[in-house]
Amino acid sequence: MRYLEEFRDAELVQNILSKINRTVKHPWVIMEICGGQTHSIMQHGIDQLLPAEIELVHGPGCPVCVTSLELVDKALSIASRPNVIFCSFGDMLRVPGSQGDLFSVKAAGGHVRIVYSPLDAVKIAQQNPDKEVVFFAIGFETTAPANAMSVLYAQSLGLRNYSILVSHVTVPPAMHAILGSSTNRVQGFLAAGHVCSVMGYHQYHSISQKYNIPIVVTGFEPLDLLNGILMTVELLEAGTPKVQNAYSRVVSEAGNIPAQAMIKRVFQDCDRNWRGIGFIPQSGWELRPEYSRFDAEKRFEVENIQTRESEICISGQILQGIKKPYQCPAFGKMCTPQNPLGATMVSSEGTCAAYYRYARLEMEEHHE
Amino acid sequence: MNDSPLPIIQGPVCPLPIKTYDRIVIGHGSGGQMTRDLICQYFLPNFSNPSLSEGNDFANIESRPGGRIVVSTDAHIVSPIFFPGGDIGRLAVSGTVNDLSMSGGIPLGLTASFILEEGFAISSLEKIIRSMADTALEAGVPIVAGDTKVVEKGKADGIFISTSGVAWVPDGLQIGGACAQPGDAVLISGTLGDHGIAVLSARGELGLETEIKSDVAPLNHLIQSIIQQTKDIHVLRDPTRGGLATTLNEIAEQSQVGIILQEKGIPVHPIVHSTCDMLGFDPLYVANEGKVIIIVPSDNTDAVLKTLRSQKYGENAAVIGHVEEQPSGRVLLKTGIGGTRLLDVMSGEMLPRIC
Repeated sequence: MRYLEEFRDAELVQNILSKINRTVKHPWVIMEICGGQTHSIMQHGIDQLLPAEIELVHGPGCPVCVTSLELVDKALSIASRPNVIFCSFGDMLRVPGSQGDLFSVKAAGGHVRIVYSPLDAVKIAQQNPDKEVVFFAIGFETTAPANAMSVLYAQSLGLRNYSILVSHVTVPPAMHAILGSSTNRVQGFLAAGHVCSVMGYHQYHSISQKYNIPIVVTGFEPLDLLNGILMTVELLEAGTPKVQNAYSRVVSEAGNIPAQAMIKRVFQDCDRNWRGIGFIPQSGWELRPEYSRFDAEKRFEVENIQTRESEICISGQILQGIKKPYQCPAFGKMCTPQNPLGATMVSSEGTCAAYYRYARLEMEEHHE
Repeated sequence: MNDSPLPIIQGPVCPLPIKTYDRIVIGHGSGGQMTRDLICQYFLPNFSNPSLSEGNDFANIESRPGGRIVVSTDAHIVSPIFFPGGDIGRLAVSGTVNDLSMSGGIPLGLTASFILEEGFAISSLEKIIRSMADTALEAGVPIVAGDTKVVEKGKADGIFISTSGVAWVPDGLQIGGACAQPGDAVLISGTLGDHGIAVLSARGELGLETEIKSDVAPLNHLIQSIIQQTKDIHVLRDPTRGGLATTLNEIAEQSQVGIILQEKGIPVHPIVHSTCDMLGFDPLYVANEGKVIIIVPSDNTDAVLKTLRSQKYGENAAVIGHVEEQPSGRVLLKTGIGGTRLLDVMSGEMLPRIC
């Protein structure tokens, strides 16, 4: 695991920073798509090291943040049932629904378990044939192959008690939504490295051409991020917007073809509501009809879900890069990681949570 | 008609109660003969010391002049109860010995109470008691009083151990969380996050195995070695739950000072580092059970560091930061690549990230 240290080398970081400083001539707004990138930028303080001309805005790529309130409420409803073991990635447990979160369901006696892989949930289904085991299948393209695999695996085992609550969303439609908006400020994208490791980056050429915007596939370590920023700035300054790959040690143009085939076999495109952003057509995946018996939404009739969002929370504008957390009146006061009003404050990948955790002090100084 | 007498094989007898069990049963907590047997068979032989042998409801501890007494108490629950590098018994003894030692004082004695779940294997109990005895011997601190209760199956998770203790702090030592001062140096006695990662990986839920062992250990000798060198120590605190980051925030708040850390100098075992990176944890928030944060005037830094490194449990000690007036009540981290960020307290349970 030595590679981590090498991609955090202070001297190499300085080299790239001085290249960025030499290259940048104009002010630019660059959006990193993925919440993991936002987290890493704040964790290492990368934003403070960049020249003033470069403004980083944070994208919608936190799956915990954009999972719709309706689906969170459905999850809470299913998890509360006595015969259900509800499995989820840890991040999701603290996401507030209209009433409570999965932690409160657990405290009230619901069987809620944190798993690290959907295949663990399949194992739990095998071990508990008298229980219904439901996995909360959230995420972008990155988590889709494993979720698809869990369905195929459960099918091969002949399990009748396993289902998934699907909340998959996909990146390119969100990029269209951001770039097509009249309030858009984004001039360049750092594409999400993990998403591209599955999907490749061939699908970004048409976006780059349509909106005349550079898109650079970027990783997560400080050197990866700075290299992605440097390449984006070079394209912006040269006026030659196109798609480039700054994460070639992981990502190829075609992506992971077997993984894509597995996604295609199990899922099909669907419309999705993004929490904070709203409805985006054909922006997600649902189970194909032939796998509908693994669909928790169909297996458990969850009706009368009436959602209610905080009226103060501006997470939608934050997820689109229009506003920064410190422009929210509730940030750090009514809304904290202990008591989040919106999803961007919950996950460690959420922009508000990252600001709260790593940069609150600067913001306080900013306001004093 | 058969007139032969009924074949009487033996006379009428009452079935004798079973005298030995391999699992804890409710009777072990009755306070009667079974409780006595459990104590005499397992606890007394291992914890043997004059105070305990007196068989009173209290323990005598000799008072000492020229100082004051400090007390501390701690409840211990851990799953699994046996993990690489230790077990709940070693944890229970080390936990209270360490809390007491953070006063700079010399721990004089511990008490231990056990809550056992019906069905708990007596062989496991015996193993835990031996481990407590070994750890107490290592620390040189006797277990002078104890209690055992049994709860019905399902009302506890195997075994809970609560320990309390007293220590004697000689006059002239004034160590506490509110005593950090601008200009002080911040040291740590070794690598961070070992206990938390060892326990998590022993649970088998991570989908990966690590070679990391818990650092659980009594630190009283390590701390006394520093105190013998200098009495001018401002803060001693063990970064247990919530890890280094949370503990330093407590100190920054109590002392109304800012603490500035250098990420580069913070010792983290490479396996802990990579495990945390994979799971989305930060080692600065992961629990330790055998580490101490030491805050001393900067003049003492080199001498204290040298002493620490010469002692068992202090080999990987390092200077990790310093104390400033501002930002009061906060901890800042200078990142390895030259950025600065806030190091906040942990907000709730640490949750693994999605991708």
